[in-house]
Amino acid sequence: MSEADSNALGLAKKDYAGAKSTLCLGCGHDQITREIIEAAFHSGVDPFNVVKTSGIGCSSKTPAYFIAQGYGINSVHGRMPSVATGANCANRHLVTLGVSGDGDTASIGMGQFCHAVRRNTDMVYIVENNGVYGLTKGQFSATSEKGVRKKGGDVNEFAEIDLCAVAVELGCGFVARSFSGDAKQMVALIRAAIQHEGFALIDCISPCVTFNNLSDSPRGFDWLREHNLKLHEVGFVPEYEAQSVDQIPGKTLRVDMPDGSYISLSALDESIHDPTDIQAARRVLERDRLDKGHVYTGLIYYNPKSEPLHEVLHLGDKPLSLLDESELRPGRQAFDGILQAYT
Amino acid sequence: MSPTVVNDFTVTVATVNGSGSASSNTILAKTVFRMGVPVTPKNLFPSNIAGLPTWFLIRVSEKGYQARTGTHEVVIALNAETVAKDAASVRKGGVLIVDEKIAGGITRDDIAVHKVPFAELVKPFAPDPRLRKLLANMIYVGVATDLLGLDRETVMKVVADQFAGREKIVKLNQEVVKVGLEYSRDTFDAAKCPFKVESRDLTRDKLFIEGNAAAALGALMGGCTFVGWYPITPSSSVCEELIHLAKEHRVVGGDHRFAAVQAEDELASLGLVLGAGWAGARAMTATAGPGISLMAEFAGFGYYAEIPAVVMDIQRVGPSTGMPTRTQQCDVSSCLNLSHGDTGHIVLLPGGIDEIYEQSQQAFDLAERYQTPVFLLSDLDMGMNYWMAERFAYPERPFDRGKVLDAEQLAQVKAFARYKDVDGDGIPYRTLPGTHHALAPYFTRGSGHTETAAYTEDSDEYQKVVDRIKRKIDGSVRDTPAPIHEGDPDCDVGVLHYGSTRFAVEEARDMLAADGIATKAMRVRALPLHAEVVEFVQSCRVVYVVEQNRDGQMADIVRLKVPGSAGLIKKVLYYAGMPLSATTVVEQITADQREPSHV
Ligand SMILES: Cc1ncc(C[n+]2csc(CCOP(=O)(O)OP(=O)(O)O)c2C)c(N)n1
Ligand code: SF4
Ligand SMILES: [Mg+2]
Repeated sequence: MSEADSNALGLAKKDYAGAKSTLCLGCGHDQITREIIEAAFHSGVDPFNVVKTSGIGCSSKTPAYFIAQGYGINSVHGRMPSVATGANCANRHLVTLGVSGDGDTASIGMGQFCHAVRRNTDMVYIVENNGVYGLTKGQFSATSEKGVRKKGGDVNEFAEIDLCAVAVELGCGFVARSFSGDAKQMVALIRAAIQHEGFALIDCISPCVTFNNLSDSPRGFDWLREHNLKLHEVGFVPEYEAQSVDQIPGKTLRVDMPDGSYISLSALDESIHDPTDIQAARRVLERDRLDKGHVYTGLIYYNPKSEPLHEVLHLGDKPLSLLDESELRPGRQAFDGILQAYT
Repeated sequence: MSPTVVNDFTVTVATVNGSGSASSNTILAKTVFRMGVPVTPKNLFPSNIAGLPTWFLIRVSEKGYQARTGTHEVVIALNAETVAKDAASVRKGGVLIVDEKIAGGITRDDIAVHKVPFAELVKPFAPDPRLRKLLANMIYVGVATDLLGLDRETVMKVVADQFAGREKIVKLNQEVVKVGLEYSRDTFDAAKCPFKVESRDLTRDKLFIEGNAAAALGALMGGCTFVGWYPITPSSSVCEELIHLAKEHRVVGGDHRFAAVQAEDELASLGLVLGAGWAGARAMTATAGPGISLMAEFAGFGYYAEIPAVVMDIQRVGPSTGMPTRTQQCDVSSCLNLSHGDTGHIVLLPGGIDEIYEQSQQAFDLAERYQTPVFLLSDLDMGMNYWMAERFAYPERPFDRGKVLDAEQLAQVKAFARYKDVDGDGIPYRTLPGTHHALAPYFTRGSGHTETAAYTEDSDEYQKVVDRIKRKIDGSVRDTPAPIHEGDPDCDVGVLHYGSTRFAVEEARDMLAADGIATKAMRVRALPLHAEVVEFVQSCRVVYVVEQNRDGQMADIVRLKVPGSAGLIKKVLYYAGMPLSATTVVEQITADQREPSHV
């Protein structure tokens, strides 16, 4: 095996593979699955430490299709954030990769999503956003734009919920939007999201080829290929490579992560979006909202100083799951002391 | 003058919610307890922060009976709104201590009426009317101390403990108690008060503790490391107390050996708990009926995906919001079968505070041994009131973490299928996320799965798993607390009960026996039912199932379990929201004994 075929752990890409997908041929979700595999492989994530969490939907099925050597939990519709948070508390060293859908997150799971952001559970949270409920056969979801048409002619009557905007306002430390068809951007974002300690949202537009792929649909492949407006070219440079990489010439921005890794952003036109500037992030989201002709993708907001839940809870190095009697039971004297108050 | 009644009466304090009488009432009850006399206080409070009537019962019982009596021997009336009713409630020959200002309409001459100028007595101590109101409660502590013959030094010590650490407040309250006591001594003749507390030695080594505090302590000792919860009466104090204990006893060098997450709702509570349990923490939540309803979908997920979880349900009156501060045993059937599809959970039914302590440790062992949500059903009466309990034992046994395979064991066994019945007991093996072994990883799902945890819609594969889960849960009787037998096994009149109903039933059986009605009893402590319950029912001519709900939920569960028992099981029910009294049980059983109803 050549070095290029193996990662820092000596694992090959196939070691990050999962079961065969049962989704429709051409589904955007399968692209994201490949991107997750690519990212985990390149970042040298230990598969045994991976926890894959999801709710219910076509998108939520995908954790079975990547990193079979990780631990999966496909929970109930819209409630993955609580399950992921609980697992994360039990063992803070787990690398939690959450996959959800736009129905799973923006409708039934909106409450749990908001609260996981608020608590800053250390996890990657990918919304595979196709604007419809794929698994229940194509009803509009809450992330569909008002006035859009889907197969069969139905028109969506309600304004969309922009999950990135919600996340930014709730104080999320890592907010990105991407397109499943842009593997390069997705892989870099996923790698950076894994590195980020705290809740990392990637709202990834991921076309449903069966129910929402009309040529004029803003959640369809054709439209996206033409109207995807990248904020910047995203690259991720891990800590162990950071020393050896030369700065890319031209207009670039280097965003340092606390562990020594960094995100490199290079400009695609005269301006460059700085994700560490929350006002700039808000302006991007506002532009995205008003400009019906485009979708803006890239790293929208990043705050390296966000405090993850396990730190807020002061969890020690040894996972709660491994603590035993001697570490958990107060001694006899302490026990007697507790009872004393009740005599 | 009526004959003196020693250590066998109830003191009822009638006040307004939010008036700060809780401390005074606790002080009175605890004083009796410290005098070595069994005592059971009960706070009958409304769902309101301030302004509605509330009653506090203090039952003094040398015999150790702990149920509500339904009678009021000594009443302390401070609420203008209810004073007429309160005065009328005093038993003939009883004593009424009443605020002079509201005593105008009282005309009873068959009781002793003691009018006390509360406001005037506390005036010198507090210019501030709010503080004056609070302190007024200490006046009746003093009056009661004098009339009932409470030990003065003990009262003062209990006051000091109640406000420990706040010296000025201790002194002030002690002074006011003294004023009440002296006023009573100067004005009334305590010798004429027929109700007396006399010191005994019956509470040594006993605890005086709320059920919810016992549950929290049980969870702490049982190794709970994760709590996800959402506040709801009457369960909140379980989690609050647990967090308090954990902060005290589980912080080492700045590291917390527990995690508590206040969730956004009860769906999230159970989701958090299942996530934590799946990843290997001993995790719990506590809630009440409305929360149980919200947890339904996740309960089925935990059952089918086989994930340990402990759910404590401190029951209150339903349906819907019901009467949130009143007590019932109304969630037995909903917890037993919580969720859609064929589900049947392990349900623990502690009867008494020491059992709450024991079972809230054991619940974690059972949850991990059987890899399933375990429901522990307490209720408002046990949970939020102080009770006398046997001193809790320090746990000697190690935790039972169930069938968990680590990397070393996997290397030895060389095979692992998450949902396979290897040992013939229906309980599969599991691995924890993060285990470094190629055999360990598996995919957990609430959709149809095979023995190897793969997705399936194959009929046989599906059935194999659900049939095994049923065997597994049925087999839990090996480890769940067995029912308790009481009385002569040859007797053919049975009384079956569980949970807090125990207190009324034990007293009722004594009363029935005194009336010539002999009974034997069985106290159920877990579901699924043990075989002994079947034998018990079959050995009886009639079985009275006593419980605090409208429909006789346990009676129906027993009927289904015991073939041919429909004709001999009779429902003795009380569901009005007050703690059950022995007389209620006696009346219903006696009536049926005289004139048997047909079922
Ligand atoms: C409680 C509950 N309600 C409804 C459903 C039915 N359901 C399954 S998937 C789904 C929507 C999924 O949509 P989305 O999250 O966008 O995923 P997609 O299939 O589009 O990837 C619904 C409503 C369910 N499984 N559970
Ligand atoms: S229905 Fe849509 S979302 Fe679901 S698998 Fe097919 S293409 Fe993908
Ligand atoms: Mg969707």
